[in-house]
Amino acid sequence: MEILVCVKRVPDTSENEIAVNSDGTDIDRDDLVYSVNEWDNYAVEEAIQIVDRVGGKVTVVAVGDDESEEVLRREMAMGAHEGLLLSDDAFAGSDGKGIATILKAAVEKGKYDLVLTGAQADAGAGQVGGMLAAMLDQPYASLVNKIEVIDDKTLKVGREIEGGNQEMNEIQMPCVLSIQTGINEPRYVGIRGIRKVASVEIPVLGASDLGVSSDAVGAAAAKVKVQDYFVPQLGAGAEMLEGSTEEIIDKLIELLKAKGGLK
Amino acid sequence: MAQIFTYITHKGGVADDTALELAAAAKKIDAGAAVTAIVTGTGSDLDAVCNDVAASYSEVWKIDNPALAYPNAEAVRKALINILPAGAILLLPHDTFGMDLGPGLSIKTNSAFVADVADIEGTDGTTLKLVRQEFSGQVSTHVTCDASAGAILNIRPGVCKADESKSAGGKVVDKSGNAGDLKAGRKFLEMVQAEVGDVDITKSDVLVSVGRGIEEQDNIEIAKELAEAMGADLSCSRPIVDAKWMEKSRQVGTSGQTVKPKVYMAMGISGSFQHLGGIKGSPYMIAVNKNPKAPIFQVADVGIVANILEFMPELTEKIKEL
Ligand SMILES: Cc1cc2nc3c(=O)[nH]c(=O)nc-3n(C[C@H](O)[C@H](O)[C@H](O)COP(=O)(O)OP(=O)(O)OC[C@H]3O[C@@H](n4cnc5c(N)ncnc54)[C@H](O)[C@@H]3O)c2cc1C
Ligand SMILES: Nc1ncnc2c1ncn2[C@@H]1O[C@H](COP(=O)(O)O)[C@@H](O)[C@H]1O
Repeated sequence: MEILVCVKRVPDTSENEIAVNSDGTDIDRDDLVYSVNEWDNYAVEEAIQIVDRVGGKVTVVAVGDDESEEVLRREMAMGAHEGLLLSDDAFAGSDGKGIATILKAAVEKGKYDLVLTGAQADAGAGQVGGMLAAMLDQPYASLVNKIEVIDDKTLKVGREIEGGNQEMNEIQMPCVLSIQTGINEPRYVGIRGIRKVASVEIPVLGASDLGVSSDAVGAAAAKVKVQDYFVPQLGAGAEMLEGSTEEIIDKLIELLKAKGGLK
Repeated sequence: MAQIFTYITHKGGVADDTALELAAAAKKIDAGAAVTAIVTGTGSDLDAVCNDVAASYSEVWKIDNPALAYPNAEAVRKALINILPAGAILLLPHDTFGMDLGPGLSIKTNSAFVADVADIEGTDGTTLKLVRQEFSGQVSTHVTCDASAGAILNIRPGVCKADESKSAGGKVVDKSGNAGDLKAGRKFLEMVQAEVGDVDITKSDVLVSVGRGIEEQDNIEIAKELAEAMGADLSCSRPIVDAKWMEKSRQVGTSGQTVKPKVYMAMGISGSFQHLGGIKGSPYMIAVNKNPKAPIFQVADVGIVANILEFMPELTEKIKEL
């Protein structure tokens, strides 16, 4: 099975405190630690496991600047066979539809039975997979937490829905699935693994290589635009307990007693 | 202004809470709008929902088709493409169904799409002014959406206060004949219910809940000791279950359990809306987090900036001394 997995390089929220820059035009990107989007890492692991079972090849693709090469390499160290970087100044400022348009062009240059995306990335949108499927006219299932290969045309997939219940579906390939966390346990990638793929060539394709018209992507084509970033003051916010740890704990125990938090 | 529609999700003949929230959201786009609700399904359950929401909408468009007995997003999409007028604005709930439907539908109708809308500030001509969050709620954004060719907005559940007035007195219009061919490449097979675990956290009065801030599996023990000392039950956020450190039945959130405790201790949890969506009944919430800007501090009653790995053992010690 030929599988394409879309991966995005994002600031790692467990490693960083995200703050707004001084003029509110972006988050403060100095000193941020980046990594592969958490959901995409599960998608790559799933693709590798499927290929281990039924044979085939896993390709990872990212839309981004040169620095996205590092996440492609990381996923290749996990076991993805090939990487593909889609990079062009014309892509900057794309909205979700723009990103899906670029990815669609890459999908059509190959012959993939299955395209995987993460359920969502850093902006919490969860849109690129569904848009890509619609552009390709392929069936789609979001929030997939189980994949079973039935035959070379059919998959049985579980979608995680509210309450942790699972909706089982049969879906025809070629298709697009967005992957939910917890579907598997992504393997650990050591520095050794990264070194092994350090010199593997990763092709870079731009707008003209992909046949993407530059007015279909980028900031000018975007119907959805972020105007500014801010940190909201919602409600009154918490009463912050301050002082020495001892003082804080004494106060907290008093509160817990009053609110029925201690039995 | 374009015509505004909402899509009503429902189960067992009962409309979801979002049905009335979306009515309120539509009024934030255009206070004077005559809003139409679209309800798909089949049989008497569908009729019950249509009649129920008619009180809150100017009009209800009913699409009755056996292919829609289970809300397969692909089949629903086909029906919507056939019945929505050009340039329509459609509001969907940003839940697991809306996430399945919205993005692809926006491509097929050539309209703009905005996911997980946290607030609607208004309109400026055909431009919608919206608020979203990024990075699990750590920052918010003002977003503009060019709705001149229509728009699909996925509205975050719970953010628009339901319009309970039930004063619209709308009529139900049967649009079943316009839905067209609903054949889909994806077929619903069955529902597998979530596993039941050893404790039922939905019944707990006091929860000590751990998030990714616990850092390592071995540290779960530290939280367990605190919960034991307090006489509380242990629950968690999703990453803890994804890592297989705790059972799924202990996960709080939209894709886990809905809990209603008196006291909720969020230990190393950032406060994503999917996590908070599983906490009902306004418990007294205590948050401990090393990041003073963690979004959880905006919703908690009491906040403590600390490393939970140091804080929890000390708290346990003190409680044991009582
Ligand atoms: C469809 C869907 C459904 C979802 N359903 C759920 C759900 O049901 N439940 C759920 O929880 N999530 C759910 N999620 C995931 C959700 O979006 C968040 O990713 C998740 O809630 C984050 O969990 P967290 O707060 O533990 O981790 P993080 O967001 O990584 O936060 C960890 C926090 O710990 C703090 N921290 C780190 N180390 C320490 C320390 N030593 N001491 C103190 N603080 C520390 C950090 O400052 C940070 O605030 C869902 C997502 C999707 C897309
Ligand atoms: N720049 C990108 N490059 C490659 N894949 C992306 C990119 N942006 C989004 N995706 C894919 O789309 C998924 C959902 O992202 P989003 O719709 O932005 O929340 C991600 O998990 C990725 O699989």
